[in-house]
Amino acid sequence: MLHAAFLIPLFPLVGFAVLVVGGRRLGNPLAGWLATAMVGLSFVTTVVVFAGLFERAPGRRSFTQTWWNWFSVDRLHVSAGVLVDPLSMTMALFVTGVSTLIHLYSIGYMEHDEQFPKFFLYLNLFVSSMLLLVLGGNFVMTFLGWEGVGVCSYFLIAFWFDRPSAASAGKKAMIFNRIGDAGFLLAMFLIYERTGSLQYQTVFARLGHVGGDSLVAIALLLFLGATGKSAQLPLYPWLADAMEGPTPVSALIHAATMVTAGVYLMCRISPILHLAPDAGHVIAIIGGATAFVGATIACAQTDIKKILAYSTISQLGYMFMAAGVGAYVAAIFLMLTHAFYKALLFLGAGSVIHAMNDEQNTKVMGGLRALMPITGGTFLVAWLAIGGVPPFAGFWSKGDVLLNAWGYSPALYVLGALTAVLTAYYLGRCYMLVFSGKARWVEARATGDGTSRGHAEPALEADTSNPNVPHERIAAPAGPASHGRLHPHDPGWVMTVPLVVLAFCSVFGGLINLPFHPSFVFLERWLNPVVGRALFNPHLGAGSEIIFAVIDAVLALFGVALAYSLWRTAVYRREVEPTFLERAWFIDWSYDRLLARNSTRMAAFTSAVVESRVIDGAVNGFAVLWRRSGTVLRRVQTGYVRNYALGIMAGLVVLLAWVASRTFS
Amino acid sequence: MTPHLLAATLPDGLTFAIAGVIALVGSLGVVLSRNPVHSALMLIMSLFGVAVLFVEQDAQFLAAVQVIVYAGAIVVLFLFVIMLLGVDRSEAIATEPMPAQRLMAVGLGILALVEIALLSRERWPLGAHSVAGKARGTGHSNVYVLGRSLFTTYLLPFEVTSALLVIAVIGAIVLARRPRTSAGPTEGEAAAAEAGGGPLVDAGELVGSGAPSAERRVEAEEALARAGDRIGEPVGEQEGLTVVRRPEQ
Amino acid sequence: MSVPADFYLTLSAVMFTIGAVGLLVRRNVLVMFMCVELMLNAANLAFITFARELNDVGGQIAVFFVLVVAAAEVVVGLGIIVAIFRRRVGATADDVHVLKG
Repeated sequence: MLHAAFLIPLFPLVGFAVLVVGGRRLGNPLAGWLATAMVGLSFVTTVVVFAGLFERAPGRRSFTQTWWNWFSVDRLHVSAGVLVDPLSMTMALFVTGVSTLIHLYSIGYMEHDEQFPKFFLYLNLFVSSMLLLVLGGNFVMTFLGWEGVGVCSYFLIAFWFDRPSAASAGKKAMIFNRIGDAGFLLAMFLIYERTGSLQYQTVFARLGHVGGDSLVAIALLLFLGATGKSAQLPLYPWLADAMEGPTPVSALIHAATMVTAGVYLMCRISPILHLAPDAGHVIAIIGGATAFVGATIACAQTDIKKILAYSTISQLGYMFMAAGVGAYVAAIFLMLTHAFYKALLFLGAGSVIHAMNDEQNTKVMGGLRALMPITGGTFLVAWLAIGGVPPFAGFWSKGDVLLNAWGYSPALYVLGALTAVLTAYYLGRCYMLVFSGKARWVEARATGDGTSRGHAEPALEADTSNPNVPHERIAAPAGPASHGRLHPHDPGWVMTVPLVVLAFCSVFGGLINLPFHPSFVFLERWLNPVVGRALFNPHLGAGSEIIFAVIDAVLALFGVALAYSLWRTAVYRREVEPTFLERAWFIDWSYDRLLARNSTRMAAFTSAVVESRVIDGAVNGFAVLWRRSGTVLRRVQTGYVRNYALGIMAGLVVLLAWVASRTFS
Repeated sequence: MTPHLLAATLPDGLTFAIAGVIALVGSLGVVLSRNPVHSALMLIMSLFGVAVLFVEQDAQFLAAVQVIVYAGAIVVLFLFVIMLLGVDRSEAIATEPMPAQRLMAVGLGILALVEIALLSRERWPLGAHSVAGKARGTGHSNVYVLGRSLFTTYLLPFEVTSALLVIAVIGAIVLARRPRTSAGPTEGEAAAAEAGGGPLVDAGELVGSGAPSAERRVEAEEALARAGDRIGEPVGEQEGLTVVRRPEQ
Repeated sequence: MSVPADFYLTLSAVMFTIGAVGLLVRRNVLVMFMCVELMLNAANLAFITFARELNDVGGQIAVFFVLVVAAAEVVVGLGIIVAIFRRRVGATADDVHVLKG
């Protein structure tokens, strides 16, 4: 059964190929169904391979499949092939599973889009690349997938490329990812230089001969790649702008799958991190900082997708924190559960946006709970799950991370706990603004002479003054929202089924790794052969674990209660939405001022001076030189044959003189 | 040891002196004569002098060939062409359109002469004797020795030169023919030839074969432009040339 | 005893130079051509002289080939001259300077 592993990335690739050739002919919705079926088949195959792997003894759960020799340079032999082990299969399982649901959802969401087949073409290519990334048997295969998802991410963020904001958001994502990719590439060079191989197992077997400094360098360079892909400090701003893409894309790429690639990479290189604890410190600190910063920013955003984007950044920070302290199982556990509830949140947001005719501002929503019961209910589940309210999935996974953080350093635990409160709070705020309270959109639509923006003035002012989101859609016309009254309702079954399934997973996802008793930690035992035990085991007894669980629960409920009390009826509370947070700690703003504008200025300078004067000048200078010398030298060509004969004669004289000089010297 | 003319026997010395002077005077005459016919005659004189020197140096056969081929055939060919193109075409020998040309030519000539004279004082290693064989002392005549070498050792070059001669003859025929590139005069050209009487030239040909002058070419083109679409009709006449527009191929 | 080779060679060099200078100075194409023939003849004289001096018939063979090639050259050259100057008033080489840069 394990030999079917090659089919897992192949199915979406076939779907991609078919859609490239005949996507337009298949049209809407057939292209979508084809793409969904391909990803679904991939999911089924993954389940089969997973089962095959599960049957093996824990020590033998590693299977390398080599397809062909990709390229050989000197001693470097890179083969195309996959590595099937518990880690890669766990990733593949949730990637294909969540992707299938999101594909299904997209059929409904993208129903009216003119580029319907193209959207699914990109999605399929994305899934295929992501599967190559997680299944790849060596660093190069992983990098291939890494770049593949990067490209797809660009295509999908800039999917509505006729919007300038979407186009520039795509470029931004590309650039930030490139910075990270440079780190990945350098790490690969270093790995090859030190170990002579890029195959995971060979590299890990030879780590003993690599010096400690080199290991730290490798780990940190790979972490740089991961910060780019997974939107950590300092390379996170692209993820917030990535919300320009269609909402299913945000759900698929920028919440559930692609951004977790960095975390996956950290877990994959856990043998290196084991030997380079200094790198682990850096990763843990940056992860914790990102978690906190992301959560604080999310508290003050008004765009529903922005809230979710910063929430994603924050949650990814949690995962890196876990990976940095050596708790890889906790990282993967959080990644899995996060994939469920974050996808659910995004799909719910998409459903809301759909219902509100492309309105994304939470300040002009409200009261949707009664009108959209399924969306509202599942969103509520997702909120409680991400907030860490027991017994939802987030409670268990986040508790696991916090427990390990405590074992590493109490300071990190405090940071994580604060973030946990904020998480429960900001999503509560989001939920309250969207689903409860009065239906502000009714007044907006009814009185605002066709535009929805009239009553949202305070929020809009804040937004337009925000250079953090310079190309946001605030200035754009409300589009379809501007005409007619709204009748928000739950979408059709293709969109609600994924919501329900994901809600189910969000509720019960924690079951795969329950604490308190060694026989409950399925995930840990499953992943153990790959990542080993947690590095900093707090050595707590079951009693202490229960105390921590209670503390977590209390923190989560406190956040929920805070959100409820503050935002149950209110719409604007400037005191808890400071501009500082709304503008994302001015980080993006300072990037813009320090780097972007200066490099734009430098580019303008080079284009105005270096390009036009120096380079063009050199080219034109040569042209002028040749033309002038031609003007002078053309006189040699008199056209008179006697003159040419004179030249021959002169040549003869010179030749004779040369012979004479040789003879008489 | 400086070689001296007096070292030679009197007949030899006299022969060399007289023939050498004849050859030199003939050479100078070729260059200095105003009239090309005179130049040709002077060339014959020079060639005769050189032929005598050939005989003097035991190259009797080549001396005969020199007289027969050069003086008899080639110079006659020259005279023939002179007559064909018009004896009266003479150049203004006193004037020189390119100011530095004459000065530099003479200067370079003197320089070359000096250099040769300098170099001739040296004795040069000449390497092995050729395979051609001895010229004298074989007991055979010059014609015999030359013929034997030519038809044995140099047989292949000899055959190649015969091919060269054939090619030259064919080339001369091709060059000297009237330049009718196509299968014959088109109807329009024939009509124009009847009407205008002069040789037929079109603008393209004027350009291709070296126009008499740029002005004439421009005039011809202007005439063509005036002619518009009247293909084949005579459109203008300059200096005895009838200009017609060729039909499009 | 015959005249030493040096005299022949000097005579040959002088004739060659006269021919060369004539080629450069004269404008009549036909006269220029004759000057080329003069130069060839001077070279022939040198060849014959060397053949005698070195007692080698190879020099005479060379002269033979020079004569043949010169004949061919004259035939073709005069053909070209006739082709070019048939329709021209002047017959000087300076009239043909289409290749002027």
